[in-house]
Amino acid sequence: MAPTGIEVRGLGYELHGAEILKDVDVLVREGETTAVVGPSGAGKSTLLRAINRLIEPTSGEVYMGGEPTSRLDPLELRRRVGMVFQVPALFGGSVAEAVLYGARLAGKDADPGRLLEMVGLSASLAERDPQTLSVGQQQRVAIARALALEPEALLLDEPTSALDEGARRRIEELVTDLNARLGLTMVFVSHDLSQVERVADRVVVMAEGKTMGEWEREDFFSRAGERARRYIEGRL
Amino acid sequence: MVGLQTVGSALLTLGLVAIAVALSLYERLDLEKDIGVAVVRSFVQLAAIGYVIDYVFGLENLWVVVMLLAGMVLFAAWTSARRARDVPNAFPIAVVAVGVAAAATLVLLLALGIVPATARYLIPLGGMVIGNSMNASSLTMTRIRDDLAEQRLKVEAALALGATSRQAVSPLLKTALQRALIPLIDATKTTGIIFLPGAMVGMIIAGADPLEAVRLQIVVLYMLLGSVSIAAILVGTLSYRSFFTRRHQLEAPPEH
Repeated sequence: MAPTGIEVRGLGYELHGAEILKDVDVLVREGETTAVVGPSGAGKSTLLRAINRLIEPTSGEVYMGGEPTSRLDPLELRRRVGMVFQVPALFGGSVAEAVLYGARLAGKDADPGRLLEMVGLSASLAERDPQTLSVGQQQRVAIARALALEPEALLLDEPTSALDEGARRRIEELVTDLNARLGLTMVFVSHDLSQVERVADRVVVMAEGKTMGEWEREDFFSRAGERARRYIEGRL
Repeated sequence: MVGLQTVGSALLTLGLVAIAVALSLYERLDLEKDIGVAVVRSFVQLAAIGYVIDYVFGLENLWVVVMLLAGMVLFAAWTSARRARDVPNAFPIAVVAVGVAAAATLVLLLALGIVPATARYLIPLGGMVIGNSMNASSLTMTRIRDDLAEQRLKVEAALALGATSRQAVSPLLKTALQRALIPLIDATKTTGIIFLPGAMVGMIIAGADPLEAVRLQIVVLYMLLGSVSIAAILVGTLSYRSFFTRRHQLEAPPEH
């Protein structure tokens, strides 16, 4: 299936009377990695969860390949847009079971060994209990599990925040590598500017539920993005 | 010797409660108020139901029995729903679960001719079914509520992989139902070895033939096992739904 761009238009989300997202516009181009940065509470995770409809936006629309996602069956949408969370949350007694969870529900055939190798793990881990892996390895399994559904896009919600420096770098390399090899469209939420510089093609800055602006990576890390960068650094 | 027939005997057993209260005070367990309320309520309620049952027995009208059982179901559901705060629609769910469990069991007992359709059988047996179903209903609902709060992340991870709400909660539902049913299953397994059930004790003390008491007790045990399982499974399958939207989204937790 061809990779697909994501367009968020006028997205709003209200919870218990509080506006978490206010009129958010974001363009995620096909095959690119778009980083969403901002201080905590900016609405970054909420934006990701609205994209794959884990929450129902109060207003606005998300388009995938030009198609409004509100008309899609949410289960189908979530199979097309994979998601990786801050912590791995694996289920099943073995790594293979954990990797195949979504694929099995969708009635899809997948080869756990090949998927594990895709995320830089040895296929021999397939029979291990996921809980015996390091957190970094578990996070790779979580990425493999999302890839098992052959998604068009991948949403990554601070996937390295529970990891140490070494594991963090290796996940970043995996993400850039997957983006290059599979041409996967990616949205990467982060609060770490140096990480953003390593993984992103484009940068979206969010604050207090709104988008403050969008930049190409080069622009963001040059004079043009200086104000936004200083804002983020000041708020962390 | 003081006979069981006098009010005095009930007062004397209060001495045991007094020891419990004294211990609670000594150990600062803060249970004395609850114990006091339990003592007074149980006395008033049992005395009242004694008169009600006595009156209903005299009426020999099956509709009155049905109405009384319906009232018991509503009260049980209300109690269960109060336990399970934060579970959306807890009251109607408990009404359905306890009501269906009670109706199914009693209708089966009547249809098979195991008990006659008289107040003498229907009210005490119905009471047992309703009371036990109520406990199972509370346990199941509170467990699902707590597990969903605690394992939100896992549930959402499953949803994000294209699982339906039902598929995403199924491991959690399984443990909730096991927790609700295992006490009764274990009690049933060990009946006669570890403890003698209340109904049987009551019948034997009242002078019934022990074998007759056993026969009734077996009916009661199977009846409870069946009805409580029905109630817990109904509560489980109905209550998890109220935590999700129709689009397989886990509702945000209520604000505290």
